[in-house]
Amino acid sequence: MSDMALGNEHHHHHPFLQHHFEDLGQQHEASTLGMWMFLCTEILFFGGVLCAYWVYRVMYPEAWAVGAHLQQTGWGATNTIVLIVSSLTMALAVRAAQLGKRGQQLGFLFATLIFGTAFLVVKGIEYHRHWEEGLFPGSHFHWHEHPELAQKVQLFMCFYWGMTGLHALHMIIGAGLLLWIMWRAYKNHFGPEYYAPVEVMGLYWHFVDIVWIFLFPFLYLIHEVHHG
Amino acid sequence: MTTATLHDVRLSGAASDRNYFNDEYGALSWFLTKDHKRIAILYLISVSVLFVIGGFFAMMMRIELLTPEGDLLTSDTYNKFFTMHGVVMIFFFLIPVIPAVLGNFLLPLQIGAKDLAFPKINLLSWYLYMLAAGIGLIVIVTGGVDTGWTFYTPFSTQYSNTHVFGTTFAGFIAGFSSILTGLNFIVTIHRMRAPGLTWYRLPLFVWALYATSIVMLLATPVLAITLVMLMIERTVGVGFFDPALGGDPVLYQHMFWFYSHPAVYIMILPAMGVASDVVAAFTRKKIFGYRFVAFSSLAIAFLGFLVWAHHLFVAGISVYSAMIFAFLTFFVAVPSAIKVFNWTATLYKASVSWQTPMLYIMGFIGLFTIGGVTGLFLASLGLDIHVTDTYFVVAHFHYVMVGGTVMAYLAGIHYWWPKITGRMYPEWWARLAALLVFVGFNLTFFPQFILGYVGMPRRYHAYAPEFQVLNVLSTAGASVLAVGYMLPIFYLIWSIWNGRPAGKNPWGAVGLEWTTSSPPPKENFHETPVVTWEAYDYPGMMKAMGETQHV
Ligand SMILES: [Cu+2]
Repeated sequence: MSDMALGNEHHHHHPFLQHHFEDLGQQHEASTLGMWMFLCTEILFFGGVLCAYWVYRVMYPEAWAVGAHLQQTGWGATNTIVLIVSSLTMALAVRAAQLGKRGQQLGFLFATLIFGTAFLVVKGIEYHRHWEEGLFPGSHFHWHEHPELAQKVQLFMCFYWGMTGLHALHMIIGAGLLLWIMWRAYKNHFGPEYYAPVEVMGLYWHFVDIVWIFLFPFLYLIHEVHHG
Repeated sequence: MTTATLHDVRLSGAASDRNYFNDEYGALSWFLTKDHKRIAILYLISVSVLFVIGGFFAMMMRIELLTPEGDLLTSDTYNKFFTMHGVVMIFFFLIPVIPAVLGNFLLPLQIGAKDLAFPKINLLSWYLYMLAAGIGLIVIVTGGVDTGWTFYTPFSTQYSNTHVFGTTFAGFIAGFSSILTGLNFIVTIHRMRAPGLTWYRLPLFVWALYATSIVMLLATPVLAITLVMLMIERTVGVGFFDPALGGDPVLYQHMFWFYSHPAVYIMILPAMGVASDVVAAFTRKKIFGYRFVAFSSLAIAFLGFLVWAHHLFVAGISVYSAMIFAFLTFFVAVPSAIKVFNWTATLYKASVSWQTPMLYIMGFIGLFTIGGVTGLFLASLGLDIHVTDTYFVVAHFHYVMVGGTVMAYLAGIHYWWPKITGRMYPEWWARLAALLVFVGFNLTFFPQFILGYVGMPRRYHAYAPEFQVLNVLSTAGASVLAVGYMLPIFYLIWSIWNGRPAGKNPWGAVGLEWTTSSPPPKENFHETPVVTWEAYDYPGMMKAMGETQHV
């Protein structure tokens, strides 16, 4: 391929093909692999704090059981369902993008955004309640039901706020990305040959969903104390 | 589209004169560049500045240690100096130096690609690095930090009144810079190789970068979350790691070393990759046992994740887990030794050209071997307890990181300098510097093995008088080493304007980077190369040259 040929080729290049890729297929594979690699990093990122959480759960099983009791399982379960449904609408949005159905795609993306926002609203309600009950760690912490456990329950709440906070941050970033993807979908950028950004967005969204699937049982459901 | 117009502009000029330096002008064309070669230059300048800062702290410590009394620096200042030496050198020099400078410049060239897979993310990772380094510099000028580069709790969270938050925040940001570089390299190696460039035809530098990137991607996030927990503990006052509040300081050490042991391989694996490329080029032979060398990089990356607790032998872990971690640590020696034996076998009966890069690599092989073998001493439980927190440990990891990584980096920067700048460095001066570095290094750090073995503890500004002779030797060595490190900064800059033009391939080396002009054009290759030869096909090349001479 000479320079002249390269120059000519630009005239019928796809508008979203970046110059350093040979074709859209290579670009697509690079984008998706990039996101998978990023998710590997994320697994270790959340994995580190989950591991610490687990160490202390083994050390302080009673406090961890009390901590889980302080959560309202109803709200947590509602949010779990909301997120799973949002993952479904996200997957349908990717499908619509692949088929080049712009209207459907915008609809599903919008639904995903609504469910994501609903999740954050519910989380906000829970945070507000915890704050009122003095369950925010630090000088604000006022919880005296079992004074001998207070310090460890505070540690549990610290993991609770830290892990759900980190997750909520990922949700907020995801919502921002959704808005950007929606704008591009509105501009009719996506179709059968170019839909990598929607797919990559989907991968991220499903991952954030899965993180919650782990957080929900760890923080809300594990009430039992095993004395071994 | 802008790319189309750029092509049009270039077509009108003489194609051969165009390179990545003169393709565009102005500060913005550098600060907003997406060209991996320019980003490598940005990294080269920034890591060099931080190396000088880190070196300043080292020099001040060595001067303090000339006499047994603590007379130059107070103990508080000394604490800050060894901390900032460690933080700057590890997070801002050793971790990024070979991947972000040489790797950035060479990876696309070596695999026949126009750029890395994600050029904008590449630029972002430089900005993250600069942000982190900027925060680090603010910390330094506003009073510093004194925890040691490991930030052990509860001292770092409850007792130190220095800038722990700022420093750990800088480490957190630098971590993301490193992660993004690793991510970019992995995707690039998987998806951007030129037609015909199969995995077993890749230069071993690329294999090494691949293994390094895996470690960056999987270990760094654990450091990031650990530092987040540390920052929360320090600001909110809850006890993730503070025993007074129900936390466990040993957990901090586990999490910290889960990153920081593999981090040693982020530093040494790319150095091994440079060694393989240089040994092949200056012996004009294929690397003996190519596949063993390639897979030993992956083996080191994998085993590196299983040995972190050898840093906790005296921290109160159970004797059984200590034994298991000691045992696993010995295993890392196997793939490392495979590499050393294969380089040695390549050298066997070769006619070696003793130019500067090869001199550095010979130093690298010897010093890395000493660093590695003393690592085995330290992995042995009994001996480790004897020398824990002594200068023996200091000497060991400087042999690996400075004798290993920095020597290989210097080899690499000289080897690829003609490709980067299009000019040769002055050989006589470079050989002199290589000699000074080798002599200075050994004089600095070999006495520290003895000092540690006879019981001089690390991290004190004063010491017992009987240690003075060896400390004076060490400081004298550090002065020679400093001269050896300063020389290249001057003659390399000088050579950019005054060096002999290098041409495409001054070493007669095999590899795609040597098939394009020096400095390379912005898009690296005028035509996408097609690879039909094995890695390091020096025999094939010599044969072809012989045939053309007959014609
Ligand atoms: Cu280690």
